[in-house]
Amino acid sequence: MRFGLTEDQGLFGRSLRGFLADRLPLDALRRLAETGTGFDAELWRGLGELGLHGLLVPEEHGGAGLGMLDAALAAEALGYHAAPAPFAAALVMAVQAFRSAGDAEQQRQWLPRIAQGQARIGLGFAGLAGQTGRAALRLEGGRLSGALDGLMDGGEATHFLAYLPDGRAALIEAGAPGVTATLRRSVDRTRALVDLDLAGAAPVALLQSSNDPLAAARRVRDAGRVMLAADTLGAAQNMLDRAVAYAKERVQFGRVIGSFQGVKYMCADMATMLEPCRAMVWYAAYAQDAVPEEAAMVAAHAKAHLAEVGREVARLATEVHGGMGFTDLLGLHHQFKRITFDRQVLGGPERCRHDAAVAQGWVAA
Amino acid sequence: MDLTLTPKHRALREEVDAFIAAHRGAAPRPGGGRKRPDRKALDWQALLLEHGYFARTIPREYGGFGAPHDVIELAIIADAFSRAGISPGIHNQGISMLVPTLLEVGTEEQKRRWIGPTIRGETIWCQGYSEPGSGSDLAAAQTRAVVEDGHFVINGQKIWTSSAHFADMMFLLCRTEPDKSKHAGLSYLLLPMSAPGIEVRPLRTMTGRAEFNETFFTDVRVPVDQIVMGRGDGWHVANVTLKYERMLLGDPNKLQQRLEAIRRMMEQPGADGARLLDRAEWRDRLLRLQGEVIAARNHNMRLLTETAEGVDSGLGRFIVKYHGTMLAHRLASLALDVMGSTGLLYEPQGEVAEDDPATTWQIDYMYDIGLIIGGGSSNIQKNIIGERGLGLPREPKAAVPAGRN
Repeated sequence: MRFGLTEDQGLFGRSLRGFLADRLPLDALRRLAETGTGFDAELWRGLGELGLHGLLVPEEHGGAGLGMLDAALAAEALGYHAAPAPFAAALVMAVQAFRSAGDAEQQRQWLPRIAQGQARIGLGFAGLAGQTGRAALRLEGGRLSGALDGLMDGGEATHFLAYLPDGRAALIEAGAPGVTATLRRSVDRTRALVDLDLAGAAPVALLQSSNDPLAAARRVRDAGRVMLAADTLGAAQNMLDRAVAYAKERVQFGRVIGSFQGVKYMCADMATMLEPCRAMVWYAAYAQDAVPEEAAMVAAHAKAHLAEVGREVARLATEVHGGMGFTDLLGLHHQFKRITFDRQVLGGPERCRHDAAVAQGWVAA
Repeated sequence: MDLTLTPKHRALREEVDAFIAAHRGAAPRPGGGRKRPDRKALDWQALLLEHGYFARTIPREYGGFGAPHDVIELAIIADAFSRAGISPGIHNQGISMLVPTLLEVGTEEQKRRWIGPTIRGETIWCQGYSEPGSGSDLAAAQTRAVVEDGHFVINGQKIWTSSAHFADMMFLLCRTEPDKSKHAGLSYLLLPMSAPGIEVRPLRTMTGRAEFNETFFTDVRVPVDQIVMGRGDGWHVANVTLKYERMLLGDPNKLQQRLEAIRRMMEQPGADGARLLDRAEWRDRLLRLQGEVIAARNHNMRLLTETAEGVDSGLGRFIVKYHGTMLAHRLASLALDVMGSTGLLYEPQGEVAEDDPATTWQIDYMYDIGLIIGGGSSNIQKNIIGERGLGLPREPKAAVPAGRN
């Protein structure tokens, strides 16, 4: 027994971070962020070559069959570099959705397409996760109507997986009749939100094979929450690393500013808050696969706690940079906004903590 | 990551739960490290040692249980006791600081002589570190020991010696090599508090009690072999002890115990019949702290694994004391708020008898600030985190005004 990463996992994280550092120097990131779609075909292809598309897809369906902790390491790397790439919804939650509520035929049909990077699925969860926005969908006579706001990874999605209030999920094609997808650029230009308006759209698949559709939906929500926590961990770590590096080189009053206790203590406070979050994210991810009785509780707590710590680190790291931190020139704001985004989707911290209380039986849902 | 419980682990969990169910009537309340263990605490300690729920990995020849290091086993045991809200055994400076120090750098003779009686709670230790003129600047210690006919002869003064008034022994940091540089002139001695020439004066604190003391040394004689490592190695040994002290002060199991105690209070109906746990604003305060305690516990598991694998956790370890003591204080703060005005009733029972819960929480709430300061204050911790953990440069030395040094 051990609480830590395997050698392979360490290697995987490092190689992904190396790839992203190479592909996303600041000028490239700035250019990609202009569209606000959260997607770039070339980056997407490169991530596919590293095996990211099929990370969680079982080997029998053409994926790598890895676990939620591996996915969290990927999310952390993507957050670290503020990568404009669909991941949490398209490559984690969607796979989880098919695996927990898709029938054998649906899995056989769709999981290989996800693993090959052909199906990029935006996913909407609004009401069930406590996300704000419209969440009024109904399925009548096999047709889907109504509105669903704030879909994740929807920028250049080929499909949308829309959750119904009862926990079933309908997969619809992006360009199908009756589907209006409005791209909403978010403050985080590396990820967009999509609002869906449906008027009698015909789903290409209805995921309803679970005996308990709401429980299955919650597992998808929890997987997404862990990914957002990991994304914030990466983004905040990036901001801390850069603040420390800046504090070692910036000179004022004839001294590097990192020798001033005022600045040093800001860095120490960030490290003190953030360092325990790493183990927390590891455990929350691991629990999704291995500790089902704790999975919902620790996912909710990780999401909420990282949101709180992320917000503090985002402010302090910007402050350490002084006026430069506030400029576009350094590009620190990409991670700042990443953290801002992660906090609100799939439920803010208050909602997540409430879900943690429910998961422990402290209070009724 | 592999936290799978083997059949052996599952059996251990059942065994510990059964043990607790069978013996919980004999258990003292958690905490109590500020008092000399009474008969009940000593008997409980003996029972825990016998079953391997305390000092589990300390070799048998030194009085431990001699089990191989297994992080999950330790976690299972700690979790069972904190869930049940009963004492996991005695945690004092001898057990949590001196014993691991001796295990790391002591001689075979020192291990055989001191570890057994210390972990049984029979030998109580106090720590002779701080002086009036060297608090945060610990290496500036001026208490001196000179060698005369096979003995160290000690003169000087220590302060903040918690437990000195009931301790049997002291581990002492003093200057034995005055000609050497500040850090290289120190030695780490072990001496009985009954030695002639030691005077202990209680130092009353804000809790109304005297948990600390001033300790004065006048020609106190200690045989020269009562030294850990060699002359001039005191700073190294002191830092080994500080490493364990800081882990003790940030102990996440204590945090978990507190969290559970607060949750139980919030589950009790108040005078109006309502439970605070049912009210969103109270529940959210508890949940926020629960999230932080989970992070601290996960982090601790990571550190335990790294230690078992011989990895120096560096930054991960440096943050523990600062993080843990601040979180402990916030937990005590919530406990006071939950109790409200009934929690203001304050009747400390002195050195031996158990305090009532309200008094205990009030003491914890105040004493926690002492823990935030002691063992290297939070600001010292932030220096360590910034300089040793993050590689930031040291503060340049400012000139000392004439006449002060």
